[in-house]
Order: sequence, then C-alpha cells, then structure tokens
Amino acid sequence: MTASSGLLAQPFVRRDPVPAAPPPALVGGPVAWIRRNLFSSLTSTALTLAAVLLLALILPPLLRFLVFDAVWTGENRDACRPEVLGRPVGACWAFVANKINYFVYGSYPIEARWRADVFFALLAFGLAWMLWLDAPRRDLGAAYFFVVFPLASYALLAGVPALGLPAVPTSLWGGMLVTIVVSLVGIVVSLPFGVLLALGRRSRLPVVRLVCVIFIEFWRGVPLITVLFMANVMLPLFLPGDVTVDRLVRPLVGIALFSSAYMAEIVRGGLQAMPRGQFEGAMSLGLGPWLTMRLVILPQALRIVIPGIVNSYIALFKDTTLVSIVGIFDFIRTIESARVDPNWAAPTVSVTGYAFAALFYFLFCFGMSRYSRFVERRLSASHAR
Amino acid sequence: MQTPAPATPRSSPKVSPLYDPRIRGAAYQLLLLVVVGLLAWTAIDNAADNLRNARIASGFGFLGNTAGFDVNQSLIPFAAASSTYGAAFVVGLINTLMVAAIGIVLATILGFLVGIARLSENWIVARLAEIYIEVIRNIPLLLQLLFWYIAVLSALPSARDSYALPGSVFLNQRGLFLPRPLLAADAWALPLVLALGIAGAVAFRIHAGRVQRRTGRRLPVRRVAALLVLGLPLAVWGLLALLGLAPVTFELPVKGTFNLRGGLQLYPEFVALVLGLVIYTAAFIAEVVRAGIQAVSRGQREAARALGLQSGTTLRLVVIPQAMRVIVPPLTSQYLNLTKNSSLAVAVGYPDLVQIFMGTVLNQTGQAVEVVAITMAVYLTISLVTASVMNLYNRRVALVER
Repeated sequence: MTASSGLLAQPFVRRDPVPAAPPPALVGGPVAWIRRNLFSSLTSTALTLAAVLLLALILPPLLRFLVFDAVWTGENRDACRPEVLGRPVGACWAFVANKINYFVYGSYPIEARWRADVFFALLAFGLAWMLWLDAPRRDLGAAYFFVVFPLASYALLAGVPALGLPAVPTSLWGGMLVTIVVSLVGIVVSLPFGVLLALGRRSRLPVVRLVCVIFIEFWRGVPLITVLFMANVMLPLFLPGDVTVDRLVRPLVGIALFSSAYMAEIVRGGLQAMPRGQFEGAMSLGLGPWLTMRLVILPQALRIVIPGIVNSYIALFKDTTLVSIVGIFDFIRTIESARVDPNWAAPTVSVTGYAFAALFYFLFCFGMSRYSRFVERRLSASHAR
Repeated sequence: MQTPAPATPRSSPKVSPLYDPRIRGAAYQLLLLVVVGLLAWTAIDNAADNLRNARIASGFGFLGNTAGFDVNQSLIPFAAASSTYGAAFVVGLINTLMVAAIGIVLATILGFLVGIARLSENWIVARLAEIYIEVIRNIPLLLQLLFWYIAVLSALPSARDSYALPGSVFLNQRGLFLPRPLLAADAWALPLVLALGIAGAVAFRIHAGRVQRRTGRRLPVRRVAALLVLGLPLAVWGLLALLGLAPVTFELPVKGTFNLRGGLQLYPEFVALVLGLVIYTAAFIAEVVRAGIQAVSRGQREAARALGLQSGTTLRLVVIPQAMRVIVPPLTSQYLNLTKNSSLAVAVGYPDLVQIFMGTVLNQTGQAVEVVAITMAVYLTISLVTASVMNLYNRRVALVER
C-alpha cells in the first residue's frame, strides 16, 4: 500500500513518444499493391489468372517467332527455309533487310535516290519546326511547311530538267516514299481547305452554307475507296479529252477532297467552341469580319482542336494504304509484291512483311497520338491557370 | 463571316452600295453559284464529249443486261448465264449489309467488353485492354485484313487435315464450316413462340414496375423473363420433338477424303473481312465506351452506393443510362465507319457492293458515271438515314435543363 501510494504520488508521465508502429503489410508495399490490384476479390483473382494464362499462351510463341527463331541475315530464300536450316524458322527479317531499299523508294532510280533522301531530310526539318511548340518563328515554320516545302519536294522528286534534275515519272515512285507523299498532300491541302469549308458552313449567307454543307456531307458519307475509284475513272472523264491526269495525281485529288471534308468538321468544332464575347470583343475594337477571323477567332479555335487535327492526320495516314487498291505502289503494295518474289519463297516471308509494315504504321501513328495527348495536356494546363 | 457585319446606320444617307453588307452578300453568293455552276457544266460537258468519243451509251439501261459473271457468295439465287447487272447490284448490296450487320453486333459485344475491361480495377486486365486498343487502332485496317486473309486463313491446313472444333465446327483453308440449320415447313412456329415469349416478358416487366411502385414489393422479373423468352420456345420445341416433328434440324459438315461435305460454309474472304472489321472497330468502340463511363461523375456512383444500391445495380440503373447518352452518338458513327470500311472487302475479294459493282460491273460495262453514282448514292443514303435517326435520338435523350 505504501509503495503504491508512493507511486500515486508520482504519476506516470511518458516523456518520449511511442515509436510509430510499422504500417500494416496490407496497406503499403508491393504485396499490398498486388493484393489490391490483382487479387482484391474472387472475380478479380479469376480475371488475373485468366489474363496470366492468356499471356502465357500468346507471349512465348510470339517472342519465339519474332526474335528467337527469327533469321536476321541471308541473301535469298534458303536463309529462311526450315528444311534448309533444319530448325523451325520464325520471322524472316533477312527478307526485310534485303528488300529495304525497295520498301523505302519503290522503283525510284538508284542514282536519283539521294533526292528522296533530301526530301526526307527536308520533311524531318519541317516537322520538327512545326511540332516543337516552343520553336522560334513558328509562323515562318508554317510558311515553310505549307508553301516552300511542297514546292521544293515536287521539284526534287519529280525533277526539273532545267536545273539538272532529270525527270522521274511517278510510275517509278514507290514504297514509303509514296505513302509519305500521299499523306503529306492530304495534310497540307486539308487544313486550309478544311478551314475555308468550316467558315463557309458557319456563314450567314444561305447559298455559301448550303454549298459547303453538301460538299462536306457528301465526302463524309461515302467510303474512301469509292472516292478513289471515282477519282480514278471519273477524273479523266471530267477533263477535256486531250488532258491526261497522272496516275498518282488522281488518288491525290480524291484524298485531298476527302480529308478536307473531315478537317472542316473538326475546325467547325473549334469555331463553335469560341464564346460569343470573342466576336463581340473583336468587333468593339473595330475589326472587320475577316480580320476578326484571322487575328482573333482562328488562332484560338485552331489551337483548341490541335488534338482533333492530329487524330485526323493519323486516320489519313492509315487511310493512305487504300491507294494500293487503285494501283499505286505505296508501302503496302511493295510489301505485297515483294512477298511473292520467288527468290524469297519461304513460308514465313508474308507474315514477316506484314509484321514489318504493322511496325512501321504503328510507330508513326502511336507517335502522333502520344504527341496529340501531350499537346492536349499542355493546352489544358494553360487553360487551368 | 460569323459575326454580323456592323449594321449600316439608318441615318447615314449615302452609303456606297459597294459597302452595303446585303448587296455584298448577294454578290458573293451569286459569284459562288456561277463558279460552281461553271465547274459542273464544264465537267458534264467534257464527260459527255469523252463518253461520245469512247462510244459508251449513257443511261441506266445496262442494269437490265445479262451479267455473265458468277458470284460465289450470294444469299439470293444468282446465275452467270441469266442474271442481270441489276441482280448483281442487289447481291452486292445484300452482302454489304450482311457483313455490316454481323460486324456491328460482334464489334459492339467485343468493344463493350474491352471498354469495361479497360476501366477494370484489376491492373493486368486493364493493361491488356489498353494494349489491345493501342495496337489495333494504330495499324491500318487494310493491313489487318490482308494479315487475316493471307497470313492466317490461307496458312490454315487443307481440307483433309482441318482443325475440328467442338460442336462439329471445322476450320481449314476453304473457310469455316458450321452446322447448317434446316428449317422444316412448320418452323415458323418457333419465331412466333419466341416473339410471344418476348412480348410476355415485356408485359410482365411493366406489370412488375407498377406493382413495385404501388406496394414496394419486387417481383422476380429476371427469372420470369428468362423463363418466358428461353423456356417457352424450348418447351414448344420439346413438345414438337415428342410428337415426332422436328422444326429445326442441323446438317453437320462431314469430313470426306478430300473435302468437307454439307454444313454451312463461310468462305475465308467473309471470315477474314468480318474478323478484321470486328477487331478493328471494337478497339474504337472500347474507347467510346470508356469515355462514356468516365463521363458519369463520381458523385453519381457514390450517391447510388449511399442509397444502398449494390455495385451491379449501380452500374445498371445509374451509370449505364447516363453513360449511354454520351456513348450513343460516337457509337453510331463507329457503326457507320464499319459499314463504310466494309468496302475494303475489295482487298480480300469478298463480293460486296464495291467489289461486284464498282469492280466487275464497272470494268465490264465501262458505265463509270452511272456505276459510281449508284454506289455512292447507296452509301450516302445509309449515312444520311443513320445520321437523321441519330439526331432524333439525341433530341430525345438530351439533358433537359432549366
């Protein structure tokens, strides 16, 4: 009793903090993450197991085909024939390596291929200027990309005999070169035409509006392949009998019209998103309708729809494959003709060709879509301020 | 253009007509009309000249001529010797619509599954769905079709060593062989019973809703509906079978020495086209579905949970009805895209409208203007009808705001 009363006289006061208890294992750390994200419930566990099973079924054969059993070097079909090699053969990358020049330039004359290379370099330069949002003098970049570069490319690729560049007929162009040329024509033409059509569709003048609506809805309502067929058979009909249209120009006209209509709808979205106050503000400053558009509305409207524009460029880039159906030697067509080359008659050559083409298109399109997402984030960040 | 030009003050007495916005507008429009008219007139004039020089008679009379080519996949009887170009057009149109209908149904199912998987709380399922979407969306459809047709279906074993799948389904180079349903004369009874079952289920659903509103008592709607829709036809079928009548029998494909006999043969062109279209469009639909579900604000879910709804019920009664409002318009445009993309059939040789009509018929007759006009008119009609139905729907479901 006395002892306890002594204790009571001196009550217990803790002087140092209790050390923090370790967090429960199920809240933090990798085990908890796995439990939460993979095995949170019975259904989730079943799904995880099914997904792992699916991966186990798909991944090993895929990797074996693309990498481990693949043939990387070789001069002809013997490199990729299982009966010659005595082992199962996966992708025949030797075939791609052997044909790569054909895939890039088509039948473009060998001594003139440097011109295509210069074209690619000019393109890369222009793209970098346009895509780098903080680049200096982007207005000059736009002028370069939409005016100087197309003219220079035409002179380079088609040739100007007067300047010492012998003419190369478009029937010899091929491969990625044609794919890129066709997409570029679509890209360069569709933006200005799309803006014009979008403005026309929003015009107060009923005839202008009607003409633009009919034009836009017509091209958006029909499949591209019918447009290409139409350009192929009807364009020559519509011109005077003595005028012939280059085989490559016909689908280009079709693609340009088609993509302009889609672009017009995207730009219209941006125009509609402009608040009324912007128009009224510009008017109160004394700007006329054209100046209002050029200085106030279009710069803002186009900026909002950059992601939409990039998405339509992605669609356009994928759609250019259709020109192969109307007989243009684009990248797909070179794959198609290379894979039936008897020199490379081996079982996996076709699949390898398609895999290579898929990789090419995927890299371009995925890159563009990432870029569009990046721009979107940047724009929304500036809106949030 | 968008903004009304500053109105001319009424008081100003002398404004040059050059600056009167109304006169200017009229002049612009007249100018546009003249330019468009001139362009059209020149084109038509040149076309008429060129056609005359090529000795091609214009007009739609060629539709009545005998076609002289055969179509290997047709839902209506078509014979090279007797059928006309008009019949070929109908065959192509039906094939296009059939591919589109089948593709839309399958792509919707796959797209919704992938779209929901993309939002799954399960990390690995969400990543798999994301990879599927990114890979498929970024590779051209034409390439995918060629891949399925040439790299996959043509590489299948010959008929002799076909893959046998469960349920008498065979897969080989010549396509997919399914049991063919044969309808007996009294088979009409089954759809009738099915329709009755569905009508009964709908009626019961309405009745159950009334009862619940009046008394708060919930009737077992799902069980009754399942019984009516599935059970009733099955019962009738069983009854007929007991009576010795078989309304539907299946003709199974049988493996012969070199080929499969009987059954329903789906040609590789058809399989490749449907497979390619479904896988491609599903990736886009999945993104539409994801965006739609994400557009329903979190508070809606939380409120539903607070009211005591379970997660399935929350999804069915709260999230999906609101998400559908966002999903349906882009979904329709994906359906239209699928229909238009089905024209890529020409790349794998499936006889759709473009392949038969713009390909074979155009080459045989040389009637470019007519053939192109008809084909484009078909697609335009499909697009415009769908678009106007869509606008009606949009007006119906649009949020009614104060």
